[in-house]
Amino acid sequence: MPKIPGLVKGLGVTFKEMTKTVFPNEGVKKLKPNPSKGAVTVQYPHEKEAPATRARGVIALLEENCTVCMLCARSCPDWCIYIEGHKQKAPPRRPGGKERTVSALDRFDIDYALCMYCGICVEVCPFDALFWSPEYEYSEPRIAELLHDKSRLGEWMDAVPEYEPYEAGSEVKVKKLPKKGAK
Amino acid sequence: MTAVSERGQLQYIAAQAADARVNVELETEGMTLNIGPQHPATHGTLRIIVRLDGEQVISADPVMGYMHRGYEKLVEVRTYPQINTLVNRIDWLSSFCNEVPFILAAEQLMDVQAPPRAQWIRTALFEMGRVANIGLFLGEMGLQLGALTAAFYAFRDREYVLNQIEAVTGGRFHPNFDRIGGLKDDLPKGWVDETKRVMQRLRDYCDEMETLLVGNEIFEARTRGIGVIPAEIGLSYGLSGANIRASGVDWDIRRDDPQSPLPYKELDWKVWTHPDGDSFARYWVRLQETREATALVDQLLDGLPSGPIMAKVPRIIKVPEGEAYVATENPLGEMGYYVVSKGDLGPFRVKIRTASFNNISILPWVLKGVYVPDVITILGTLYFILGDIDR
Amino acid sequence: MTFAIELAYWQQSILRVIGVLAAVLIPAGTFVYVFLFKMVSFMQSRLGPMEAGPYGSMQLFAEVGKFIQKEDIVPDAADKGLFKLAPYLIVASVLLTYFVVPFGPDAVFANLDVGIFFALAVSSISVIGILIAGWASANKYSLLGGLRAAGQLIAYELPLLLAVVGVVIQAGTMNLQGIVAAQADGSVFGWSGIGNPYFLTQFIGLFIFLVAAQAELTQTPFDMPIAESELVAGYMTEYSGVRFLLFFIAEFASAGAFAALAATLFLGGWYFPGLDATANYMNVVGPLILLAKIMLIGGLIFFIRFTYPRFREDQLQRFAWTILIPLSLLNIFVTAILKVVF
Repeated sequence: MPKIPGLVKGLGVTFKEMTKTVFPNEGVKKLKPNPSKGAVTVQYPHEKEAPATRARGVIALLEENCTVCMLCARSCPDWCIYIEGHKQKAPPRRPGGKERTVSALDRFDIDYALCMYCGICVEVCPFDALFWSPEYEYSEPRIAELLHDKSRLGEWMDAVPEYEPYEAGSEVKVKKLPKKGAK
Repeated sequence: MTAVSERGQLQYIAAQAADARVNVELETEGMTLNIGPQHPATHGTLRIIVRLDGEQVISADPVMGYMHRGYEKLVEVRTYPQINTLVNRIDWLSSFCNEVPFILAAEQLMDVQAPPRAQWIRTALFEMGRVANIGLFLGEMGLQLGALTAAFYAFRDREYVLNQIEAVTGGRFHPNFDRIGGLKDDLPKGWVDETKRVMQRLRDYCDEMETLLVGNEIFEARTRGIGVIPAEIGLSYGLSGANIRASGVDWDIRRDDPQSPLPYKELDWKVWTHPDGDSFARYWVRLQETREATALVDQLLDGLPSGPIMAKVPRIIKVPEGEAYVATENPLGEMGYYVVSKGDLGPFRVKIRTASFNNISILPWVLKGVYVPDVITILGTLYFILGDIDR
Repeated sequence: MTFAIELAYWQQSILRVIGVLAAVLIPAGTFVYVFLFKMVSFMQSRLGPMEAGPYGSMQLFAEVGKFIQKEDIVPDAADKGLFKLAPYLIVASVLLTYFVVPFGPDAVFANLDVGIFFALAVSSISVIGILIAGWASANKYSLLGGLRAAGQLIAYELPLLLAVVGVVIQAGTMNLQGIVAAQADGSVFGWSGIGNPYFLTQFIGLFIFLVAAQAELTQTPFDMPIAESELVAGYMTEYSGVRFLLFFIAEFASAGAFAALAATLFLGGWYFPGLDATANYMNVVGPLILLAKIMLIGGLIFFIRFTYPRFREDQLQRFAWTILIPLSLLNIFVTAILKVVF
């Protein structure tokens, strides 16, 4: 059997890909052309792909957990988090006790034009106030609108998914999302 | 005495002088052509000034630095977790592989060992970065030579690897997943099976590339015997990675580094070399390396030990004083970090030895006397990434 | 063209102009949509343009509109007159090639007795256009592309011609209408069921013609003049807007022209076995049959274009001079002997 020249085999590869794209159906409907299904293209915005659960799309803020410790603003490689807060008096925990001073958040802005989506701020927060969400459709025609203030960051909390279970052999415990208004 | 009159002689001399003037004006020796910095064939903003004689290259000078971002200065004012984020962006096609030598150097200075599960997952993600990077090379080499379809297959199959990396780290291109002492998080449920399916798909893709390009007679005519780099010349210029393995030198840091904590010695794999040293050899070696990397990922995921994912390290990391250099076998070649620490939150100085910077130092030597189309072939097979050259 | 009803000369001229535009633009447009937008996309596992019209069918009009509204840029150092002339030369050459292609028993623009000779001669005018474009752009990349094109196109003219000579010997005439008739009325070993399409006997000629046509169209694997990854766009680099649109139309229209010539010479042209070759309805059915054959050959041309890498210039020339030309001379030799013997 003479060797098929490589040129012809190459044609076979592209031809096979073409038929796989145009006729992707199996079984009875084999010869019905359906390129929308066979091609790998996802026709955005008519169809959308769901990103992974851990995908780093946008950062959400749970304001009641934040104690204005400034750890996230300090650890950001781009210094894109702007925090302002003030101390105020709060009623004592038990009646007859001492008055407490708590920090209250005035301003918490994340500038998504600078953000590198590294996640260091989410990781270092000791009070579980920042969370990742896979939302990605927040592009704006003006750059100034990419500075999300604390109310907009609070709205992103609705898009934060639950944590996934781990693979077999892992010794890490699955974290739980704090419920809003629990504090 | 000839019968030519004085007037005739003067006319003859004037004609000769006019001819000479025309030759000087036409300057028929050498045309200087600028390949880049904006060019479809240089992978980014590399500029090569070539002097051509017709279509043959007389001399070539690469001019780099159009993408210099000042990494070594940036890291002087940042802490270790912040540097980890930045370093992802040096070789952006296999980002996880940039973090690993830096983290290993910091761990060496802190005298901290990551637990075995973390080392195995680290190596698995490293090899997946290799598959993503070199898998793309296999397809876009066809693009350099004119076969457009191969590049599309490369991007299509690379998406599956990126999806797997996203499922575990959260980022497709910039994972930022390695930490001093281990990894950020563990694997989600179902990841191991899905990754094995993806690796099988990548093996099918390698077979497809072999049929589409390697077996193609036109491809062989364009790459065999082009850009031959003998082993001694390659070593003297500091080539590393698949470039030097394609010239016959059997050198792979994964196997040869005695201090590496990554578990390569416990796995069953092979280093591929080729004796020719031409462009075809470099393509062939990278094809086999991709297949080997998919097999390595399968082995790593099969033998994954259970255990913790992070060693005990303090919350705020201060690395003690000292210096350490760790190099690993990245997809592009040898990448190393020389970390000098004075006991602070961040390093005092980091020197980044990147593979592509040394790889393109051979360009003036290897491009002498080749045709312009071969320049593109050689640039393609030396395979550099601009972020790697310029940092 | 002969008409059943008598039209004034100016009315005939308008019909001729519309006819030639249709004959040129319909194959070009169909090629662009079916092959460039859809077939290559399916080969690469993607869908191609889908937004403009159902399944992207209006994308072509969107592209034409886009090119028309672009700014008219002429480089400062370019030779302005030549720069503006080059696209028109190439388009003119392509339009002239369509003159002699027969679309039906009476549907031909100019039934010349030197049909195929005329077609090949005017298709060579595009070489001048490409050279002018490469030189007048004042761009080193364009110059390289133009010079490569000159060498390549001249080298591949010869195999193109010599492949056709075999067909001319077998048909006995250079008139394209006569060649179609010879194929329609011929017989294979005495059986005249399907006539005698010349691809059966002149298969070497067909192979050489298709390879040389691929080179004449500067398609991969012979697209050194354009060489997208090296020369950006070769001789077309500095062109934008309507001028680029003219290059684009010319590229696909000439692909259609060569496919039409190949279909006429080797596949039987507008004739299909079983149909009456002299009836009047063939003037309507004939173009459709020819279009189908053009699509077949065009599909082959584009299939090869999108699969193979490209040859280097010296390999290209070596292939033409040392392999294709001797092969075509051998083909002529054998054809002539067999024609005399049988």
